[in-house]
Amino acid sequence: MSDHDYKPKSKVGQWFNDRLPLLTLANHLTDYPTPKNLNYWWTFGGILTFCLITQIITGLTLAMHYIAHADMAFESVEHIMRDVNYGWLIRYIHANGASMFFLAVYIHIFRSLFYGSYKSPREIIWILGIVIYLLMMAAAFMGYVLPWGQMSFWGATVITNLFSAIPLVGEGIVTWLWGGYSVDNPTLTRFFTLHYLIPFLILGLVVLHIWALHVPGNNNPVGIDIKKPSKDTVPFHPYIVIKDGFALLMFMIVFAFFVFYTPNILGHADNYIEANPMVTPAHIVPEWYLLPFYAILRSVPDKLLGVVAMLSAILILAALPWLDTSKIRSAVFRPLYKQFYWILVADVLILGYVGAMPAEGLYLLIARVATAYYFLHFLVILPVLGFKERTLPVPLSITEPILGGSPNLAAARHRESKIK
Amino acid sequence: MKKLFKLILILSLFSLNSSQIFAAEKVDYLKTDWSFKGLFGKFDRATLQRGYQVYTEVCASCHSMKYLSYRNLSEEGGPEFSEAAAKAIAASFEVKDGPNADGEMFTRPGKLSDKFVMPYDNVKAAQAANGGAYPPDMSVLVKARGGGVDYIYSLLQGYEDPPSGVTLDDGVYYNKYMYGNKIRMAAPLSDGIVEYGDGTNASVEQMSKDVTTFLMWAAEPHLEARHQMGFKAIVYLIILTILVYFSMKKIWSRVESEV
Repeated sequence: MSDHDYKPKSKVGQWFNDRLPLLTLANHLTDYPTPKNLNYWWTFGGILTFCLITQIITGLTLAMHYIAHADMAFESVEHIMRDVNYGWLIRYIHANGASMFFLAVYIHIFRSLFYGSYKSPREIIWILGIVIYLLMMAAAFMGYVLPWGQMSFWGATVITNLFSAIPLVGEGIVTWLWGGYSVDNPTLTRFFTLHYLIPFLILGLVVLHIWALHVPGNNNPVGIDIKKPSKDTVPFHPYIVIKDGFALLMFMIVFAFFVFYTPNILGHADNYIEANPMVTPAHIVPEWYLLPFYAILRSVPDKLLGVVAMLSAILILAALPWLDTSKIRSAVFRPLYKQFYWILVADVLILGYVGAMPAEGLYLLIARVATAYYFLHFLVILPVLGFKERTLPVPLSITEPILGGSPNLAAARHRESKIK
Repeated sequence: MKKLFKLILILSLFSLNSSQIFAAEKVDYLKTDWSFKGLFGKFDRATLQRGYQVYTEVCASCHSMKYLSYRNLSEEGGPEFSEAAAKAIAASFEVKDGPNADGEMFTRPGKLSDKFVMPYDNVKAAQAANGGAYPPDMSVLVKARGGGVDYIYSLLQGYEDPPSGVTLDDGVYYNKYMYGNKIRMAAPLSDGIVEYGDGTNASVEQMSKDVTTFLMWAAEPHLEARHQMGFKAIVYLIILTILVYFSMKKIWSRVESEV
């Protein structure tokens, strides 16, 4: 990297940069050598940054009008929807923005799973990502409580009650979380406080996530280490900026469609009924992005073990760099892993589906099988596959298959065509 | 082919949720063409005005609409009564106000800035007057029910005699669209229960459509603005996307790689 050679042109710039090297940072970010074969699945990092900033800006605006009080929260949301100038727009962007954020983060995570981006030397990037994901779930859950509708109230009750599964201190912890003996005003005000705090924690972690990324540089669809800068790379600006921008615009069209034409389809109708501690909704369902974990929770008959299973399902991801024993990163060169990858995708989708259904009969059975498979994938299949799988020949560089010289040119060309 | 498969996977993520909403009640609701659906969906003013008449003459005796103000009736995108008409409507209600300089509460005629007057002072009073059942507030009712407008529209026309074997308690009615089929509200509409000023025949079907449209507006008063802005926003985004696409192609033509 050319960071160290960078010198601002103007005297003022040099004076400033010697004292605070912001210009060096800007230069690093624009020159950052990026593999030139990144496909569109790599654009979701930028899209996620957009989502975070959108959520923070709309959230700040909403917080100026929202009242975090059990008696007034629901009414203040209606005030935003009716009387605040463009309040409906800001709220619908924020509410659908959460869903778009999770859509993007799931694509981002599954991209990483497919191309082995979590493997050495990128374990820290991956673990930071898992922490960000956990914080996102916490923020989304608490945000959903704020309108103080029926699903807010009962969702909060169900989720916080999970802590009561902890032996001995569980009940005490729940009372402490609630700030009383049921979900009530103290719960709402602290959830609001934390909902306001967490995005800034995420923002800080995103900075670390990107920092950690810029040490080894991006992984790429071929999954090989590349020389930087070289024929295999392009500077971040303008090449990646314009490509990310293009992908972001496509994403925004989908986003806009939800906001303007079906703003409530991703929410639950019951949340337009004001919270009522005396009436329990027929089905208490979390938002779609939490459904796979909800299915895992309910598939275990014991409450404590269910909570353990649900948390493990997320935390197991943090151990992924060590569970996956294969030296080859990209699934492109791992014919067996590629198949198991798509089975895992299907498994998670099935878990999401049964998570939305009542936990009984066939749905419960499917949930149990899918939960068992989920853990089987990470704990058995991945470690074993690394030793057993016969991988395909990997090219020596990104340009090599194009320029020739590979020991197995035909195979490399074939692979290359599949990447695109 | 694989790309298509991936796309389908992503889309199925979204369809999950709609199936989740409607999974509980797989009922075929009565259908009608709603003017407010679609890319350019708008409310029909006459329908909204008739709907308000049905609401105020029938529903409002039990159901509150506490998040609406009388001024909303003359605002753009709504029933668009003239300001004078909205003022007259507001003035026809008695509003409790105060305390005045003497510390007394008093009643006065309603003003445009007042919220819709509620039929009961509180939930308990409403329950007491309705055999224990609370008539839900109608401000966001269509958004608070899984089937939305189709559900409300069907429910209003779904009253029938209970099938043999179903016994109903006193004050409970049979409705084929109600969750569990038992409802504490007697059939609110009957042919000619209101007399429309514009001469429209006040059939149950017509009134159901009018009042449901009114409820949709009550729940989404900025729906028209949303649709108009949405169309502009999406057209803008598409044009920008196309321009950025060609810029991207041009920039990437400098390197031997494809985007």
